[in-house]
Amino acid sequence: MEETVQYAGATGLLGSVWLLVAIPLVSAAILLLLGRRADRWGHWLGVAAIGAAFVLGLTFFFQLRGLENKSVELSLWDFIAVGDLRVDFGLLFDPLAAVFVLLITGVGFLIHLYAVEYMAHDEGRRRFFAYFNLFVAAMLLLVLGNNYVMLYFGWEGVGLASYLLISFWYGRPSAATAGKKAFLMNRVGDTGLAIGIFIMFATLGTTQYDEVFNGVGSLTGTTVLVLGLLLLLGAAGKSGQFPLQAWLPDAMEGPTPVSALIHAATMVTAGVYLIARSNPVFSANSTLQLVVVSVGALTLLMGCIIGAAKDDIKRVLAWSTVSQIGYMFLGVGLGGGAYALAIIHLLAHGFFKANMFLGAGSVMHGMKDQVDIRRFGGLSKHMKITWLTFMMGWLAIIGLPPLSGYFSKEPIIASAFDREDWTAWLFGGAALLGAGLTAFYMTRLFVLTFHGPKRWTEDIEHPHESPKLMTIPLILLAAGSVVAGGLMAWNDGVASWLSPVLGEEAAGEAHGVLSHTVITILSLLVTVLGAGLAWFLFRTGTATAPQPAGVLVTAARRNLYADAVNEAVFEKPGIFLTRALVFLDNRGIDGLVNGLAAAVGGGSGRLRRMQTGFVRSYATSILAGVLLVMAAFLAVQAGWLA
Amino acid sequence: MSNFPFLSVLTVAPLVGALVVAFLPRHRPELAKQVAFAWSLLVLVLSVVMWVSFNAGGDRFQFRESYSWIPNWGVSFTFAADGIALVMLMLIAVLVPLVILASWHDAESSKRSVPVYFALLLVLECTMIGVFAAADVFLFYVFFEVMLVPMYFLIGSYGGHQRQYAAVKFFLYSLVGGLFMLAAVIGLWVVGGKTFDWQALSQVDISTGTERWLFLGFFLAFAIKAPFFPFHTWLPDAGGAAPAGAAALLVGVLDKVGTFGILRYCLPLFPEASKWFAPWALALGVIGIVYAALLAVGQNDLKRLVSYTSIAHFGFIGVGIFAFTTQAGTGAVLYMLNHGLATGLLFLVVGMLISRRGSALISDFGGAGKLVPVLAGVLFFAGLASLALPGTAPFISEFLVLIGTFTVNKPVAVIATLGIILAAAYVLWMVQRTTQGTLNPALTEVDGMRRDLNLREKVVVAPLIALIVLLGFYPKPVTDVINPAVQATMDDIGRTDPAPSVGTVQEAHR
Repeated sequence: MEETVQYAGATGLLGSVWLLVAIPLVSAAILLLLGRRADRWGHWLGVAAIGAAFVLGLTFFFQLRGLENKSVELSLWDFIAVGDLRVDFGLLFDPLAAVFVLLITGVGFLIHLYAVEYMAHDEGRRRFFAYFNLFVAAMLLLVLGNNYVMLYFGWEGVGLASYLLISFWYGRPSAATAGKKAFLMNRVGDTGLAIGIFIMFATLGTTQYDEVFNGVGSLTGTTVLVLGLLLLLGAAGKSGQFPLQAWLPDAMEGPTPVSALIHAATMVTAGVYLIARSNPVFSANSTLQLVVVSVGALTLLMGCIIGAAKDDIKRVLAWSTVSQIGYMFLGVGLGGGAYALAIIHLLAHGFFKANMFLGAGSVMHGMKDQVDIRRFGGLSKHMKITWLTFMMGWLAIIGLPPLSGYFSKEPIIASAFDREDWTAWLFGGAALLGAGLTAFYMTRLFVLTFHGPKRWTEDIEHPHESPKLMTIPLILLAAGSVVAGGLMAWNDGVASWLSPVLGEEAAGEAHGVLSHTVITILSLLVTVLGAGLAWFLFRTGTATAPQPAGVLVTAARRNLYADAVNEAVFEKPGIFLTRALVFLDNRGIDGLVNGLAAAVGGGSGRLRRMQTGFVRSYATSILAGVLLVMAAFLAVQAGWLA
Repeated sequence: MSNFPFLSVLTVAPLVGALVVAFLPRHRPELAKQVAFAWSLLVLVLSVVMWVSFNAGGDRFQFRESYSWIPNWGVSFTFAADGIALVMLMLIAVLVPLVILASWHDAESSKRSVPVYFALLLVLECTMIGVFAAADVFLFYVFFEVMLVPMYFLIGSYGGHQRQYAAVKFFLYSLVGGLFMLAAVIGLWVVGGKTFDWQALSQVDISTGTERWLFLGFFLAFAIKAPFFPFHTWLPDAGGAAPAGAAALLVGVLDKVGTFGILRYCLPLFPEASKWFAPWALALGVIGIVYAALLAVGQNDLKRLVSYTSIAHFGFIGVGIFAFTTQAGTGAVLYMLNHGLATGLLFLVVGMLISRRGSALISDFGGAGKLVPVLAGVLFFAGLASLALPGTAPFISEFLVLIGTFTVNKPVAVIATLGIILAAAYVLWMVQRTTQGTLNPALTEVDGMRRDLNLREKVVVAPLIALIVLLGFYPKPVTDVINPAVQATMDDIGRTDPAPSVGTVQEAHR
């Protein structure tokens, strides 16, 4: 029998864990309700709220370290109580939640500071900070909930905040469209999560984490598989994984600090959190794990390939995020000790990707908000701090020892090889190839931006370094990019901290197809190859406009045709269907009724005029209606028989 | 306090107010508005006292009063409220003052009398309260039909484009439904021992065939009123033509009489027939959810769009009622309340937008957020409530309906869940086309679009926003009232919730 999951009640200081959610939420509400009256100081309230949350988070973290049973649970009030359904507004603070709290509030605080300056000249700065803090509140609720309904609550909350921030400059049609796209694709994923919750209640009668996890063993294999796939759908939507990846690059329409905090460091990692949190479910079914691994491997390669073909500095980073989260999915899919590896990579990625996004923002700040890396070049001389800090992020992500990425990514590659059959070569190979491609496109990005000849547009004269309020967060995040990975891997610190939630790493001999040393050498080799190739190709700059290219590059420039597929399969038929139905509803169903009324001599000349008189169209619509009702009826019947 | 005749007083009070307002001189419109508003506030205060006096754990029906009316037929003025009716009465009491305040200038643009407009709103309140408070089937029928009259005049006399057509259509549809119900009411009287008293009738055993026919008579009337697919086509016309305030009451309250009627009359009086017809009703509900949402996406008229979203929401309510579980049932009733708040708000704020622009067409807007940011913000909030975002009250009800339905019928629940994607589509696309994107130059030339929400309008929207958020985080005060009534209804039809399929293991751990 597996050990059961049990959480202890919250006592003492940890009884105020709810403040972590309440403080950002209240600050957001104040900023929204006061309106323009808060314009002068609103941003500082926003920063202070997150700073306070970070200090509290640290305090709670140290409290938790001192506890025997590394978890506290807190029920605030009865949220939903109907029949056998009991959902608390309840929180759980445990090692997994704690590291997320520190990441969200810590990195969040630095990005907030940066945004004070970055958004200084935007008339909507107060609104920006209101949405930003709304996001932090929702994200903290997401990771702090003690049941799946709370998770869903935060899940949709971050979706809302993400929508608001992507379409922050709502006057731009492209921003409004990108926000809508993100929300809709996320909602597709959300239905998966929602139905997953329904399954938990229907089978186990609960949505509480501990009760669900303890009950997984009694579920049939099929139920676990379906449940897991639905959760995976939700995770893929939020984390921009295949097949729901298309919204994330468009999300770069939002201001750059948004891209750094939400679409790189925190929200998009929620899918990884969901799978890691639900590890008893995913570990219970090997088919399920195989699917997660496949999604991760496929997405990490897609992200690399598309990232290598993009010229927009933020979109390269966005596809890189898609790809890096693919590595994390690979990790949580592999299960066992790789759960912790995925979380470590998530934390490390939070530092170096936030660093690079803010660096990109700093470059844009100096280059009149331009984003085309074909028109950058030679910026290392003009923006020394941005250049150096970005360099740290670049070296970290490509996995150069001893920077963060080396300690966080390389173990995932090794785990992917740690299988006994041919799939080791498939997944390990994908992860290894991804490492080489990552080195290639990140080097391309770095070199084209900071080195080589100037290819600036004519209106740019003297790119300037950003003010201190922007460079200080950059320096701190760069420091994190350098040391965080090593610190987390030191003595298996984070892995053992997470072990109460994610399980102990199975001790024993590794029996993979390759030894760990060989894998390390191979991954360093592909990294050097990729980076070297990019350096060689782009050291002298590149053409200032996209050049004709082969099939693969063209496909990559068009996001591997994912948008085209979405448009052809969902959007266009959807629009056609809506139009057809509007016509049918006006002419068919309504026409029929009006026709009847007139025929019976209903006494209204007005109604008679509306009659279209096309008996055939009535007949067709009656038939269509009858068929529709019959089909729905059969579905209902099938449901009752099942 | 529980001996106070709340229900009869609540029913009569607005009528008295209406008479007072109607006879105020026509050239004193301001006075008429103030009296009407004050009167509706009095009704609200009384309703709050009633809410507090209601004992959630007590009898199923409370505040019962009975006065003889036509003894030969067994007709009496009998009033009583269960938790479901109580919640709906509260919704009416909250919405009417806000609608009066929101409609402050609406009647001025028409050539008709301003005092009469507000008198009609109060008459409407009287009939709405009566229909939910009645515990006598005949009395219910009378209110059900009389309710049409004030709404007919509100649409036909004070409405917008195509108001006559819409009013007649609304009236005819409801009348046809009412005729079916009248036949069933008489039939029920015959088989039920010549009484119209609800409690006496609920004890009567009816033969299977008769029960089904009687069920069908009531159900048709309620399905048209609600409305369910395919009886829905009157609503977009009526909602589109009615003044925004009247539309808020039409969709927010009036239509709930249909779903309320199913819960109060169809299920308890005809339990076997309800079970027999349930698959059909579920089918109609689920079609309505998807079909009306798709139609909402395709609308170019703001009020028609909101009307279609309501039809989709009624689909959820229908599914919740006919799934026969306590979660789905409670969710359905809660949905009736939350939909009244959320769609009421949406109609009112859309009305504010339309009155500024002088057009209800979405294509006449574009980028309005730049001009009226607060109004745009409230519109967005109402939209979020409409798509059932967690943190707003409708989330709880939609979640309850879906999770409760899933335990008994998975395909229905899964298809209905897909409706939440479509809900996001129609709300966000509407928001994008009206308030986001490049500013439509025509908007800057309209004087109205330069005024953001004024104090009166803020007072209208603030209570609704507060209630939607409060009930989104803490629905317990309401669910505690609804639960026993829904449980009693489930007992009437003899259904209990299915146990978790592997619940035994769970018990061992507890």
